Amino acid sequence: MTYACTLGLRRHVFGDLKTLLAKASPARSGDMLAGVAAASEEERMAARIVLADLPLGRFLQEAVVPYEDDEVTRLIIDGHDAAAFAPVAGLTVGEFRDWLLSDAADAASLQALAPGLTPEMVAAVSKLMRNQDLILVAAKCRVVTRFRNTLGLPGRLAVRLQPNHPTDDPRGIAASMLDGLLYGVGDAVIGINPATDSLPAITTLLRLIDDFREQYEVPTQSCVLTHVTNTIRAIDKGAPVDLVFQSIGGTEAVNRSFGVSAALLDEANTAALALGRGSVGNNVMYFETGQGSALSANAHHGADQQTLEARAYGLARRYRPLLVNTVVGFIGPEYLYDGKQIIRAGLEDHFCGKLLGLPMGCDICYTNHAEADQDDMDTLLTLLGVAGINFIIGVPGADDIMLNYQSTSFHDALYVRKVLDRRRAPEFEDWLERMGIADFRGNLLPQGEQQALLALAATL
Amino acid sequence: MSKPAIVTPDPWLRLQGLTRARVALGRAGVSLPTREVLRFGTAHAQARDAVHQALDVASLQADLQDAGFASLAVHSQAADRSMYLRRPDRGRSLTPESLALLARQGPRLWAARPRLAVVLADGLSSLAVARHGLPLLQALQPYFPELPTLPVVIASEARVALGDEIGQALGAEQVVVMIGERPGLSSPDSLGLYLTARPRPGLTDAQRNCISNVRPEGLNYPEAARKLAFLIAGALKLGRTGVDLKDDSDAALPDAARPAAGLAP
Repeated sequence: MTYACTLGLRRHVFGDLKTLLAKASPARSGDMLAGVAAASEEERMAARIVLADLPLGRFLQEAVVPYEDDEVTRLIIDGHDAAAFAPVAGLTVGEFRDWLLSDAADAASLQALAPGLTPEMVAAVSKLMRNQDLILVAAKCRVVTRFRNTLGLPGRLAVRLQPNHPTDDPRGIAASMLDGLLYGVGDAVIGINPATDSLPAITTLLRLIDDFREQYEVPTQSCVLTHVTNTIRAIDKGAPVDLVFQSIGGTEAVNRSFGVSAALLDEANTAALALGRGSVGNNVMYFETGQGSALSANAHHGADQQTLEARAYGLARRYRPLLVNTVVGFIGPEYLYDGKQIIRAGLEDHFCGKLLGLPMGCDICYTNHAEADQDDMDTLLTLLGVAGINFIIGVPGADDIMLNYQSTSFHDALYVRKVLDRRRAPEFEDWLERMGIADFRGNLLPQGEQQALLALAATL
Repeated sequence: MSKPAIVTPDPWLRLQGLTRARVALGRAGVSLPTREVLRFGTAHAQARDAVHQALDVASLQADLQDAGFASLAVHSQAADRSMYLRRPDRGRSLTPESLALLARQGPRLWAARPRLAVVLADGLSSLAVARHGLPLLQALQPYFPELPTLPVVIASEARVALGDEIGQALGAEQVVVMIGERPGLSSPDSLGLYLTARPRPGLTDAQRNCISNVRPEGLNYPEAARKLAFLIAGALKLGRTGVDLKDDSDAALPDAARPAAGLAP
């Protein structure tokens, strides 16, 4: 099927749904690199005009990536809940945008709708939305998940403590971890990106965090962000695994390049669930994603990077994960060129994930070869705070010395809590108060010799 | 009379001795103190400059000449830094002029069908190759005495895979691309080394071996040269580079610690 419209004297024709979506997407370097972006601003608007008139049901008839070739497409189509879709089944994409912005769409109706939406529908409507629309609708979504604490409650914001070290030195990691906890960070997860994939090293890190967590009764979860096959091996060896981490993308081919498949993720999910380590819930998966990964693996099927990113969420939701975050600015300027593109992508990813029912966080970040700086990150952090993001990342001083990029700092988290009145996960908040790290309002207290974590720091 | 303390200090300064991470920064209210904002801003400025500063090709060429290395300078199809950052594909191909230069001048300067060609590439940090390129070549020379007879090509706006085209044009058995890595805040001048056997366009990273973080504060010149010499010798024996060629140079320390037999057949 072709799609077309006339603007003035010019007729714009789009050969298929995939092309229409790509041409309607806000400008970004990755789509230009892939050769799928609109050739002119007018063509982009023409695509949006056509897209706005498209019935949502069309996305159930025409696949962006062929059903026969791609297991992500099959999971999306086979898992579609027609009953949940019914309330919006008669709408066009443009009408769907209006409906999402209306009072008819509230936390309850959006939650009920999520299984009826496909990633492509959500990506499509995002392309018709301005940044404020993405924020407004996302702020209405509620996605609550639990393991050893409760994440995603209204008025709450959690932070992943990311105490990376270039050589996985346990003392170096412990130093960053203590610094973060003393800044009130770590309710989403204490999650380390290891420098090595060796199983003994990974087990050492898992025990390091777990022993600490048990000794101080910290109501949080830990994770070493290694390949899912390593985590399965760690579980087999009896290591204390709380969460299974994996990077995923929106096509079978990009996931193959990551060395994963739905079957492998199923296996890991089953293994982690069987451990039963969660105390208040059993959401055991943690996924990271990011626009551009499929193109960088030459696995994009000619689709735009934002639509493919939404498809990654279509895979993620199969596992009812505890945490999902886009690592938005990590991939580099050939995919997201500057602060403007990174900010837009961060808002799109959060919106799409939330609408699909995922507990979305964001690694608000950039690399030194992107046209971005701390001011851009402040802007995105503030916008995502307003949009009700479930969690962000916390790195000492925003400088990740292992992965060589800039994320958000412990101080950044305190800033967004202060200006937007966002509190920590309730169980973690209580722990901070018991430990004398923060007061009952969540404000940090000055620390002195009576602080137990300082005594621990003195022994490192 | 001293001023009252404005910044809340963190009484865990000793943690700074355990990691280069920015711990125990203190806070002004909940925010970063001015001192740290300036320190961070300076590091970012240096990293940005490293990305955008053009490589001083003439100066590097002169230094190489003084040290006994004859070199040629080439340019990728990325005309400038902005295009380089947006179009990685352009950084992987030579301009026609550069290809012609290698064909015309190469045979006059260097041995035909060389065992090894060296590419000094700006990559994402011209600072890295300007600082560490020549010292690393000199550290490598004890392993390969014939190094001054081998091709040294200075490449601007270059990605790693540009070495494939250069290596093929020179008929080299192996190419090592010494290239500026993406700068981190604390490491604006890290050099990465990529070794590729039978270089030709179309290879993937799975067919290369990489040594990263080469700089005095990271992997120093003697260590980097030793690892590289080990890989070059291993690739000559194996006939290929990539995932099949393992960097066991640490395990093999006793033998590899001294210069190997070199490139002679």
